[in-house]
Amino acid sequence: MANKTGATIELLNVSKVYPNQPEPAVENFTMTINPGELVMLVGPSGCGKTTTMKMINRIIEPSSGSIKIDGQDILTLDQNQLRRNIGYVIQQIGLFPHMTIAENVAVVPTLLGWSKDKIRARVAEMLELVELDPSVFSNRYPKQLSGGQQQRVGVARALSADPPVMLMDEPFGATDPITRERLQAEFQQLQANIGKTIVFVTHDFEEAIKLGDRIAVLSKRSKIEQFDTPANILANPASEYVASFIGEGAALKRLALMRVDSAVESGNATGPAISRDENLRVALDSVVLNAGRPVPVVGGGRVSIESISAALGIDVSRLGQ
Amino acid sequence: MTVQATENVSTSYSQPSDRRGGFYTAKRFGTPLLVIAALGGLLLFLYSRGEPDKIEAFALNWDYMLAKIDEHIRISLFSAIVVALIAIPMGIVISRSKSRIVSAVVLGLANVGQATPAVGVIILLALTFGIGWATAVAALVIYGLLPVLRNTITGIAQIDPNITEAARGMGMRPLQVLFKIELPLAVPVILAGFRTALVFSVGVATIATFINAGGLGEVIVVGLKLTRPAVLLTGAIVVSCIALLLDWLAGLAEDALRPKGV
Ligand SMILES: Nc1ncnc2c1ncn2[C@@H]1O[C@H](COP(=O)(O)OP(=O)(O)O)[C@@H](O)[C@H]1O
Ligand SMILES: [Mg+2]
Repeated sequence: MANKTGATIELLNVSKVYPNQPEPAVENFTMTINPGELVMLVGPSGCGKTTTMKMINRIIEPSSGSIKIDGQDILTLDQNQLRRNIGYVIQQIGLFPHMTIAENVAVVPTLLGWSKDKIRARVAEMLELVELDPSVFSNRYPKQLSGGQQQRVGVARALSADPPVMLMDEPFGATDPITRERLQAEFQQLQANIGKTIVFVTHDFEEAIKLGDRIAVLSKRSKIEQFDTPANILANPASEYVASFIGEGAALKRLALMRVDSAVESGNATGPAISRDENLRVALDSVVLNAGRPVPVVGGGRVSIESISAALGIDVSRLGQ
Repeated sequence: MTVQATENVSTSYSQPSDRRGGFYTAKRFGTPLLVIAALGGLLLFLYSRGEPDKIEAFALNWDYMLAKIDEHIRISLFSAIVVALIAIPMGIVISRSKSRIVSAVVLGLANVGQATPAVGVIILLALTFGIGWATAVAALVIYGLLPVLRNTITGIAQIDPNITEAARGMGMRPLQVLFKIELPLAVPVILAGFRTALVFSVGVATIATFINAGGLGEVIVVGLKLTRPAVLLTGAIVVSCIALLLDWLAGLAEDALRPKGV
């Protein structure tokens, strides 16, 4: 479990029945998560997302089933050792108010007995990673930071001992929309570099699409309605339930996930050229701004209403108003 | 859970001092000034009355008064420390227990101890264990237990559960969570309870004289029995000043020990 690139997580028939509850909160949950994969658990409030996630670091003990990380049954491990190898970020952040930012970030390395010098260097590195200047923030206390800054510290604290696995429970849920966008974008960048295995809980489907490698859409008792890539879920919702969860504008969301590459056709066009790396949503906007005429693509070819429709499999001429 | 149990038994607990409040600042400087004014006024009054009679001279001399003050502070402080040594660990153990009944029963008992008139507690104990210093300390301890116990439980219960969950989630062992997270965060509330206990202790210690444990109660009793108002007044003012000063010192300690960032 000490490798740095992420670990495999296997949940097999995991159930949780809370004491004095008639129904299980999680029932026969089975899922395999690949190393370095970011899996989003998405579903309505109370469907069991948090319970499912918290069984992975044994904050909640499973009633039955097995959970393995890199093949090791976590129930056989010392739970504190286990937790020191799993980054943990919660919506309420839970920074320790009586400790400075540097002390907060140093908690797990300290528990692991790292040397003072190594910890100091690591804390600075982590704060820089989440775009907080160590010389400004190290000695501040949590209450002196904004909500968005606190959440960054939460992420830095979870990453500080370089755990192969991260659990994140609605980490950006309590921030305002603008801050949330920013944190999401930064986090996406971060994950591209660190490649942890991440279980990320959210009730926000947009967030799931934006960040997830795969999304598990959950219903009551943490039943998996569909577990697939964002593009596949948007293209082929497995059920009415999933479709209703995706909601309006699914085609537009899908466009945002596809590259211009996939819709280039040969031919000439006039107007501002668009890069092949852009997403198709931007391309469609360009075409619409170009009075519906095809626009050229940098490096040759063009995109048109027809080529975008063909790539998506849906007529897009009625979208985008 | 413990919060509820706490609330069922008694709703109020001693609040930590508010560092920022104007009231607090006034108190920080006001208390020593008040004490100086009271003692100065007392001395002026006593010296302006001229020669004391024989009985007054017995009580109103420096050697005797200093000895009584010394006894009084010793028994009060000692009891308050014993209270802390018993009530804080007890409060911790109770807040660990998942059962509300435990906390309700213990707080209930402590409530009974405090609600019983101090004289009653002392006399009951004296009847059982005989008179003397140890019995007086026992009475003071029984009397002072509640505020510290209640505040330890409240202080721990009021901590945001997300903070302790984050601590557990990072792999802190239960004792690490207690000593690194819960106790530091509960310190202001626990100390506020200790202050209350200390002030109680000074007041109740005046009754210790009834079972031969000395202290300024003796001065007050002499003044009452032999109808010497000056002696009575001296005892009462000095006891009040000790209570005020100890409360003031504990307030300073509370401030110094309050974790930064909270
Ligand atoms: N400690 C608990 N005791 C009893 N029931 C709980 C507890 N925690 C959660 N539940 C119940 O389990 C179900 C799933 O909760 P949760 O996992 O928090 O859902 P989500 O994170 O998807 O909102 C809910 O019905 C909730 O009321
Ligand atoms: Mg939840």
